[in-house]
Amino acid sequence: MSDITRLIIVAVGGQGNLLSSSVLGEAALLAGIPLRMSEIHGMAQRGGVVESALVFGNAQSTIISDGEADVLLGFEPSETLRALNKCNARTVVITNLSPLPPFTVAIGKGVYPDIAELQQIIRAKTARLIALNAVDLAKTAGNVLSVNMVLLGALIQTGILPVTADHVKQAIRTKTKAAFVDINIRAFDLGFETASRQ
Amino acid sequence: MVRLACPSMLILLLSIEGTNMHKLLTDQPGATMVLLGNEAITRGAIEAGVAVATTYPGTPSSEISLNFFQISQESSLYFEYSTNEKVALEVAAATANSGVRSMCVMKHVGLNVAADALMTLAYVGVKGGLVIITADDPFMFSSQNEQDNRYYGKLSGLPILEPSSVEEAKNMIPYAFELSESLQEPVIFRTTTRINHSTAPVTLGAIRDRVCKGDFTKDPFNYVTVPAVSRKLHVKLLANLDKAAELSETSPYNFVSGSGVWGIVCNGVSFAYLCDALRDLGIQDKVKLLRIGFSHPMPSKLIKGFLGSCEKVLVVEEGEPYMEEAVKAFAQEAGLTLPINGKSKDLFSRLYEFNPRLVRQVVAAYFGVPCKVEPMVDLSNVPEIPQRPPNLCAGCSHRATFYEVKKAADGLSTIYPTDIGCYTLGFLPPLSMGDFLICMGSSAGTSCGFSKVTDKKVVSFIGDSTFFHSGIPGLVNAVFNKHNFTLVILDNGITAMTGHQPNPGVDMGLMNLQGYGQISIEAVVRALGVPHIAIIQPYKVKKSIETLREAFNFKGVSVVIAQEMCTLYAKGFKKTKSRSYYISDKCRNHRDCISQLACPAFFLDAEKVKIDPVICSGCAVCAQVCPENAILPIKA
Repeated sequence: MSDITRLIIVAVGGQGNLLSSSVLGEAALLAGIPLRMSEIHGMAQRGGVVESALVFGNAQSTIISDGEADVLLGFEPSETLRALNKCNARTVVITNLSPLPPFTVAIGKGVYPDIAELQQIIRAKTARLIALNAVDLAKTAGNVLSVNMVLLGALIQTGILPVTADHVKQAIRTKTKAAFVDINIRAFDLGFETASRQ
Repeated sequence: MVRLACPSMLILLLSIEGTNMHKLLTDQPGATMVLLGNEAITRGAIEAGVAVATTYPGTPSSEISLNFFQISQESSLYFEYSTNEKVALEVAAATANSGVRSMCVMKHVGLNVAADALMTLAYVGVKGGLVIITADDPFMFSSQNEQDNRYYGKLSGLPILEPSSVEEAKNMIPYAFELSESLQEPVIFRTTTRINHSTAPVTLGAIRDRVCKGDFTKDPFNYVTVPAVSRKLHVKLLANLDKAAELSETSPYNFVSGSGVWGIVCNGVSFAYLCDALRDLGIQDKVKLLRIGFSHPMPSKLIKGFLGSCEKVLVVEEGEPYMEEAVKAFAQEAGLTLPINGKSKDLFSRLYEFNPRLVRQVVAAYFGVPCKVEPMVDLSNVPEIPQRPPNLCAGCSHRATFYEVKKAADGLSTIYPTDIGCYTLGFLPPLSMGDFLICMGSSAGTSCGFSKVTDKKVVSFIGDSTFFHSGIPGLVNAVFNKHNFTLVILDNGITAMTGHQPNPGVDMGLMNLQGYGQISIEAVVRALGVPHIAIIQPYKVKKSIETLREAFNFKGVSVVIAQEMCTLYAKGFKKTKSRSYYISDKCRNHRDCISQLACPAFFLDAEKVKIDPVICSGCAVCAQVCPENAILPIKA
């Protein structure tokens, strides 16, 4: 299994998860690394959870079983916590800290987890947790919608994926809208730099 | 170009204006492209020279149709969103019998709708190739059941092909057309969600020329299926089944890999999980894998030969024991008594989907080899995480209609049969507007039954696309048999749930598309002679409640049509956003807004309800619900 890297990305519909996957797909192509991905679509427009599995290397499976993710990237903190079943003690976790409470919380049908406790739990059960306020970093980069690029930066900083920052930046240039490329690269760099300090 | 999770037709159409040729038309054999499984299937069809494609939208097949739709705008391919899957198959049956290569696309339950056409089309056959895509959905990610459509091969007598990967899905399509034309029969191409919605690099092939015009030669004693004709056509079908069986024996899509006395028979995505499992367990030289990709008819000689060289066999297939039953029968015919197992309490379930870890563990246990198990994370001390079910969009008119129906039905004991579309989500709390759902159009039909034998007030919900698909016969039944219920037709001017596809009621001019008719739902309902009809504008809360109450009081069949364009679809047309609303100091924290509407634009901030102005669409329904009139538009 060692030449395979398994990445799970979880997000709330609308956060740009699928674009991140598509950028990573392009980066893998540039790096000459085989990559298979799978996504569960369908509920993204309606605020549901979107989960992508990306398998780098010579595996045939396009999905990742519970306990087998090498990296978990969460765009939303409660979704990162919810996806812990995909992790094991060696998993590296990256999470955004900006919460998007589901409407079930708003109608009193659930309590949003405490963010500090959430981080403690994840740290205790996995190898490493990188936690960053991707929304603030995205705003610094110039557009709050570049949260996905900030998180990609943090992801690449871990060095676990067999694609380099250069590959990803090249992919950002080809896969994202020309008008946003500069902001996206800036966002990527901010995420990368923030992760390097954790 | 951004690929949205539920791709909106409108957004993609707007973005292709003035851009290059559709990527799936790229004429560069040997080039590599990273494609979604559904894109690979569409590309395969292009390489096979498909000239006609028909569909009714259904996840996980929807992107196939979307790509055909886009391609049809810039090429000679004819594509249509048909009224339902039966009509889609009838259209394709005719074009294929006129010699034109045709493809018909649907999700698994769609084949049930098309089954009447399918079963006798199998007798009649085709001249130009016809490939029917059935996109099955193990685990029911977006379906009302997880039926295993491989049985349609047995039932109809038609061949079934199943890819195991995204690349194979593309390569198999031209083969499917060749097979169809060689047998002069439709071929069923079966995928599962993990093929349709996986992405992988694909190598492009050459594009065959498209032949768009055909001809129909009269031959009524082979085409008009009266009993005397069908009796001889059935003989032909069985002869074709024998021919197909021969082709299945030598098909490149049924193959053996590996070596050893342990055998595994598999299909579909299980093949991928097994390749990884055998490598992870280090038993590639102990296990022979028989991958079945041409699964009806099953290759009996190939399988018997395979079984004869094994000591023990495991059948790995998601869903039903379709292959397992065939393999066991072949073993009996060949006088073999080796253990053959697949579905059992200790091995594989008939429920849901498989995953790599499950397959690895079952294979290891069955063949008695060690399997390193990485312990999963202990989740026992993780606090309960609030659910995040999908919700109706902020500003969705269905939310307004459901609220109004609830208010209008106050005091009544009710039953709410519902149907398939975005509005199905209304059955979740707090709206809780939905009591029974089994299939497309079941709202209308089941309303007749519930109102006949109970004393409860029956109010049912159906969307515009579903109404055209299969709701009309139920309503006809209600008028003819003089039933007593209110049908609320939720007309938001688009087929929303599957990604904003057209249906016969849609104004295609809004998408700058010409050459389409448009059918008025109101006109249809009037023409049926429904005795009480009303129209409501759901954003006008008080008036809508009054109109609904009148309809509920009517003894007999009443129809209320709720007319308001889908808010998400409408966003694509608006130049400027409507004013958002905010909650003013007049708020007394009754929480009526959040508890009765649960709009996703609401959030709690220090125990006070607030509205997110970015998400708020300005429908003002909450403003009309608030007893303090505390919700006001944000001034410019």
